[in-house]
Amino acid sequence: MWKATRRNFLIKTGAGLGLALGLGWIGKKAIRGFFVEQADKGTLVQFSTDTEPQYWFEVQKDNTILFHSPKIEMGQGVFSALAQIVAEELEVSINQIKVVHSATSHGPIDPNTTGGSDSISSTFSQLSMLAASMREMLRERAVTLLGISLSNLSAQNGYVIGQGKKLSYAQIVAQTSEWSLPDTEPTLKKPEKYQVIGKALPRVDLVAKVKAEPIFGIDATFPGMVYAAVVRSPYFGAVRGVVNAQEASKSLGVIRVVEQPEFVAVLAKSRYEALMAKEKLQIAWTSPTPLLQQKEVNDTVQIGKGDLTVVQENGDVTGLEDNEGNIKLEFHTPLGAHAQMEPNGVAAYYKDGKVVVKMSTQSVKNTRNEIAEATGIRAEDIDIQPTFMGGGFGRRLYTPHAYEAVVLSQEIGLPVHVLFEREQEFQNGYLRPPTHHKLSAKLNNGKIEAIEHQIASGDVAFGSSLVPSFAPTVLGADFGAWRGGLFHYENIANSSVKYWRCQLPFFTSWWRGLGLMANSFAIESFVDELAKKAKQDPISFRIAHIKPDERGQRLIGVLKEVQKISGFGQKVLPEGHAMGVACATDVNTPVAQVAEVKLENGAIKVLKVYCVIDPGLVINPDGVKAQCEGAISMGLSASMFEELNIEDGKVTPNQYLQYQMAQIRDIPDIEVSILSTGDAPRGVGEPPMGPIAPAIANAVATLTGTRMTKMPFKQYQFT
Amino acid sequence: MLLKFDLNGKTQSVDVPEDMPLLWVLRDTLQQKGTKFGCGKGLCGACTVHLDGNAIRSCSVPVSQVQNKQITTIEGLGKGQLHAVQQAWIEEGVPQCGYCQPGFMMATAELLQRIPNPTDTDIDDNITNICRCGTYYRMRKAIHKAAQLNQKS
Repeated sequence: MWKATRRNFLIKTGAGLGLALGLGWIGKKAIRGFFVEQADKGTLVQFSTDTEPQYWFEVQKDNTILFHSPKIEMGQGVFSALAQIVAEELEVSINQIKVVHSATSHGPIDPNTTGGSDSISSTFSQLSMLAASMREMLRERAVTLLGISLSNLSAQNGYVIGQGKKLSYAQIVAQTSEWSLPDTEPTLKKPEKYQVIGKALPRVDLVAKVKAEPIFGIDATFPGMVYAAVVRSPYFGAVRGVVNAQEASKSLGVIRVVEQPEFVAVLAKSRYEALMAKEKLQIAWTSPTPLLQQKEVNDTVQIGKGDLTVVQENGDVTGLEDNEGNIKLEFHTPLGAHAQMEPNGVAAYYKDGKVVVKMSTQSVKNTRNEIAEATGIRAEDIDIQPTFMGGGFGRRLYTPHAYEAVVLSQEIGLPVHVLFEREQEFQNGYLRPPTHHKLSAKLNNGKIEAIEHQIASGDVAFGSSLVPSFAPTVLGADFGAWRGGLFHYENIANSSVKYWRCQLPFFTSWWRGLGLMANSFAIESFVDELAKKAKQDPISFRIAHIKPDERGQRLIGVLKEVQKISGFGQKVLPEGHAMGVACATDVNTPVAQVAEVKLENGAIKVLKVYCVIDPGLVINPDGVKAQCEGAISMGLSASMFEELNIEDGKVTPNQYLQYQMAQIRDIPDIEVSILSTGDAPRGVGEPPMGPIAPAIANAVATLTGTRMTKMPFKQYQFT
Repeated sequence: MLLKFDLNGKTQSVDVPEDMPLLWVLRDTLQQKGTKFGCGKGLCGACTVHLDGNAIRSCSVPVSQVQNKQITTIEGLGKGQLHAVQQAWIEEGVPQCGYCQPGFMMATAELLQRIPNPTDTDIDDNITNICRCGTYYRMRKAIHKAAQLNQKS
């Protein structure tokens, strides 16, 4: 049982648990304020109730600390960063902390999701306060147990020590049945005193991953588990008709064919047998006429189509688009796939009205609620046990396969594993929406006098399970799509950003740096053209248009630093090489990048990327670097190679390689430099997705004179 | 069909359909989960294992083809210890989500058998697996480091 105490702490005691401490209610803000703040500033408010904790850690008998992470590890290093934060204030070594995913039956449930680059920024202060409070409670108990005054007791490496005596945290817990909170709020360490935060420690899951331990959703098992192959719609709009399962039922290893209103599945003793039998199902699909083609997608997502919302307006931009003398450019980005390496997998076991679900999900709470809604099982009887994720990138915010596995387990009375095939990941997940951008500007005396950005995009946040259904009405513009589309050049008197909401007849939604990548490509390419027209150095031109407030100063800071480390505009480059620069601010973290390119057999070759990021307080600099390297690689992949089309209602291509992605040969040398302004951490995972595409495009423009306005860049050949 | 093959130094007998891909025999029949499913078409390399010392993509090899042959998976790569490639992967801090890494480590271990000290071009030409987190930059460094570790030992 959790016992609420004063000042919003919850304490849980009981046999075998040791001391568990949780933190409850933090605060709530108006819904509109919340959304806008999240998109623009990136500071997400944690919602919670006053009866359940959001964070929870326990002192174990072997003096280790079990930390139940509400955030899911998908490669971003969140387990390591959270462990470092806890270790710092709790005064234990990093090796004493074991991080596990919090299961819904016996751990805190994240009121939000894992995503949006906010896992550290939204938890840091609460977690620090909680760890420090626990340390103080242990110290105060040691006063009684050791008979030494508080001022003579210090906490170090999981012990309370003083006057030659010491007690481990576990020993203190073993001798305590009633806890009380310290009378005053604990003093948190000043950053200059940090010993664990800021250290480039190896990630806590490193060895498990190198040894390939079975930690993913696809690896989850139960004794006696059977395998399901689920039939999914082969093209958009297909309606399932009569199912003839005669052949499939007789197929080797098949246990049963299950037909449900939403899906058909073959259950078999092995995955292979299930897949083979699925091929023998005869299903009559009814096609819509005509089938969806790419042309309709292109015609739908266009400036001037759909619903218009003005997102930002300063001064007057009247006539900017129409005046012939002004500078105008249009940009396009295509449909894209998440293509995360682990296909979505889930193991579910329903028994006696309760169900255990082991799976990779970025949205534990939503997944649980969706199962409850679809099956009628009470939410408290659904135990989601999150696994490590083989990549997320937004794809695992959408998890209807969880309920499929639960329904199948209910049907058959055995544990069931459901796995997406790769082709289904492309066709039956969701896609990054295409975008269209129109920019126009007027220069006056070498400065931008007026500028406008119009964005047309398929839905991102709207329609996803993350936002309430009333959000489009309240907000108008989809903050997932215009993210990164506001001008970070606030030192312009007249500016306007308009959003055209273009709804596609299939599901488009979140991706890594969604909105940011497309909008940065458009804005930063355009600003480079303006600098050229103004005959100015692209970095000085940018800095001249940044408002030098606190936020602006940090953006200027990363631009100056990237110029320093890359030698942009100063270094003499080899013949046939060129550099391009771009910058972005996302989740309140500014990033600047310089790409150095050359041509190789008429195609673009990116040789080196310099990246400077200012994420505020850095928990683990090696983790920040890894996230920058990853985002640069993924952004390079998307901008250079990736493109999907719709043909006869089908996502094309629907496999790796045909969907070209960057491979090791395409990845440049990457140099990351970290600035650290301020004493709070900000987001890291997505901001470096912003500048990479325009940095490459701007380098190519300098090298060849060609302004690339469409992704993927592989369509441009230079002779 | 009853089949026998050597898996990581131990003889295994399995009774499975002869055209069942080796990947599913490893993962589902033998519960060796280190070898990953990525695409099922031999395109991404997540399922890479060694067949008599050669790197193969186990999702596209029927188990009948490995009858009486030697299979090495990530679980047996280091023969109870960490292989030089795994050691290098740790030293360079390569994995992020970690899902594609076993396939890359298996492909790298085989590359170093053929080319003990690969150039960057050798790496570009031979390591064609796919990673979505973007750990490629560190992988290249780890491949060079593994070559060094091999030469030291």
